Amino acid sequence: MKRTLSLIMENEPGALSRVVGLFSQRGYNIETLTVAPTEDETISRLTLTTSGDDRVLEQITKQLNKLIDVIKVLDLTEKTHIERELMLIKVRAEGEQRAEVKRCVDIFRGAIVDVLPDVYVIQLAGSSSKLDAFIEAMSEAGILEVARTGIAGIARGAKAFRV
Amino acid sequence: MSSDDELMSGGEMLARALRDEGVEVIFGYPGGAVLHIYDALFRTNDIPHVLVRHEQAATHAADGYTRASGKIPVVLVTSGPGATNAITGIATAYMDSIPMVVLSGQVPTNVIGEDAFQETDMVGCSRPIVKHSFQVRHASEIPGMVKKAFYLAGSGRPGPVVIDIPKNTTAPGEQYPYHYPKDVRIRSYNPTTRGHGKQIKKAADLLVAARRPVIYTGGGVIQGNASEQLIALAKELNYPVTNTLMGLGAYPATDRQFLGMLGMHGFYEANMAMHHADLILAVGARFDDRVTNTVAKFCPEATIIHADVDPTSISKTVNADVPIVGAATQVLEDLLKQVRHLKGKKDCAYSSEAIDRWWTQIDAWREAHGLWHAPRYQSRSDDIILPQQVVEALYRVTKGEAYVTSDVGQHQMFAAQYYRFDKPRRWINSGGLGTMGFGLPAAMGVQMAFRDAHVACVTGEGSIQMNIQELATCTHYNLPIKIININNEALGMVKQWQDMQYGGRHSESTYADSLPDFVKLAEAYGHHGMRVEKLSDLEYAMTECFSQRDKLVFMDIVVDPEEHVYPMLIAPNGSMRDMYLSKTERS
Ligand SMILES: Cc1ncc(C[n+]2csc(CCOP(=O)(O)OP(=O)(O)O)c2C)c(N)n1
Ligand SMILES: [Mg+2]
Repeated sequence: MKRTLSLIMENEPGALSRVVGLFSQRGYNIETLTVAPTEDETISRLTLTTSGDDRVLEQITKQLNKLIDVIKVLDLTEKTHIERELMLIKVRAEGEQRAEVKRCVDIFRGAIVDVLPDVYVIQLAGSSSKLDAFIEAMSEAGILEVARTGIAGIARGAKAFRV
Repeated sequence: MSSDDELMSGGEMLARALRDEGVEVIFGYPGGAVLHIYDALFRTNDIPHVLVRHEQAATHAADGYTRASGKIPVVLVTSGPGATNAITGIATAYMDSIPMVVLSGQVPTNVIGEDAFQETDMVGCSRPIVKHSFQVRHASEIPGMVKKAFYLAGSGRPGPVVIDIPKNTTAPGEQYPYHYPKDVRIRSYNPTTRGHGKQIKKAADLLVAARRPVIYTGGGVIQGNASEQLIALAKELNYPVTNTLMGLGAYPATDRQFLGMLGMHGFYEANMAMHHADLILAVGARFDDRVTNTVAKFCPEATIIHADVDPTSISKTVNADVPIVGAATQVLEDLLKQVRHLKGKKDCAYSSEAIDRWWTQIDAWREAHGLWHAPRYQSRSDDIILPQQVVEALYRVTKGEAYVTSDVGQHQMFAAQYYRFDKPRRWINSGGLGTMGFGLPAAMGVQMAFRDAHVACVTGEGSIQMNIQELATCTHYNLPIKIININNEALGMVKQWQDMQYGGRHSESTYADSLPDFVKLAEAYGHHGMRVEKLSDLEYAMTECFSQRDKLVFMDIVVDPEEHVYPMLIAPNGSMRDMYLSKTERS
């Protein structure tokens, strides 16, 4: 089962490598991972997606909590939450294709952020499945390059997950 | 920081911080990257330093020192090869949750990453085998980092902590105000020390209602200094106790309620009791694969209460019915209080008759195959020494009072089985990593902590050669260790497996023709050597060895190379009641 975990951790050198190292060391897999400092410079927020049954996830959560740099771990999967991912995608857009691609970008509420005579660079944010669907839609036009950020997640509601 | 803080270089701050932390000994080896530190130690410090002959030995010596004394020592090594030589010892300490602070030199900050001379990414290399690590970015960080390192190493589930120190941060030129913090708070680190009240109640209810209970404890009770509390609880309930290889000495071995060690080479009665138990109280133990045998067949009828200071240990391999996160002393004390409270009530479920019946069963197991009930080994000829007899002689001559370190192999298991430890911190071995070469340097550490105690290193001719150079360190510091070399002219444990599982094909496990003359070797280092070949000489020789209070004695004792360690759990697919009991019998 796919799980989305959110971590608050010290913005320290080596902290990220400890998190990543833990996964490889214990044989867990990471599907996506995003990390950046928060409004508090000393703290980083990390979202990662992984898979495993309840037992594996319990171990992952406990092991993450045990890392000295990790302040808190939240399993977003168990809460109603929002997940978003950003994608930059470079597609071929020539002749008749150009208008078709543009229409598709509009339908998906994306934005064309770079325009060349035969190529568009498109920016698209949303759930991962929406991004997947867009990639599918572009496959005929011809995809040149895809860069996805991985998921960032946050729980719904007024309650804040912080130090 | 106040205006009267003294100005110091990074190297001086490090030396001072170690003193302010109360460090009583440094085990180390110098080199380019730590020369500023060594100079600062030379000029400003009075902490004894032990110059080992290989950095691996520095970590094992520190390890032995802390296992025996409970005090946290320091290891100091240079960058590159110095640091990588320390890795095995750090991993050994990590696996057994042993606290230590390792200071490793590093190349100057401005050349890190350039493959400079003797550069190794020590923080990266050690990452999976440390509790935490730091790299100094600026000299002024040193006192705070030292404080944090000791706090982290010793609290919660203990473990090794590395501080990587680029050479420029210890340079004598630049000075900064020195201030050693009184205490430390790390917002992301708050180890739980007290078990949850509700869980304690649940556990106590189950405990008193048990009919076939076993208390199973590990290294956590030793490291957590909870032996007294364990004894009190076991006595209150009259319940049997078994200890893991790491936990020996937590419960007095000569007490009737002690079942001996459990697991792979554990006692028949201990393994049988575990398998048939209806309740297991595990404290500071981690259900290691060497204990459980096949997890799916582990203790089929037991409800499991598992208390540990580290939540990741709980339900990692075996699911706990009642998990309790907390320090062993606290959990055991709280359990005792609650049990007493319950036993005071009229309708308490505790039944001394049921427990007596359980003891009758256990005593029958003991009588049938218990190692301490009657000799279970058989000599092939009158004068050949068996390894078990060596440990028994050691036990008698030292009256069970020695500190015993060990290496890894058959000799280690025989030592664990036949030396009856009545006190914690007396049995010192590499349980988790199983590091050959641990025994001699660990014994040095123990002897540094207790200069007047009997320290015996029970080793094999294979293991001892892995850190034999430390005989020189023993000369240097007059460490009168007694080396009990159980010489079976082979990598005995490997050979045993080859006998049992590979049709007796001894692939690369023997080397009889190339063994050194250990007596001459010991003498070359200035020690006393003895060779014992006949059973009739053993007792006298052992007595003679321990009568030499001020000398290291190397006893090279030739034993029967055919002997195997039993009991031995049958794997794969066996449960804890499935054991080989000798070359011809099984349970
Ligand atoms: C560093 C290291 N290398 C290899 C092993 C694997 N191993 C386990 S026991 C053993 C044999 C040890 O021989 P010896 O010290 O003579 O002890 P014996 O079993 O003969 O009593 C070996 C090679 C190990 N535990 N540690
Ligand atoms: Mg041997």
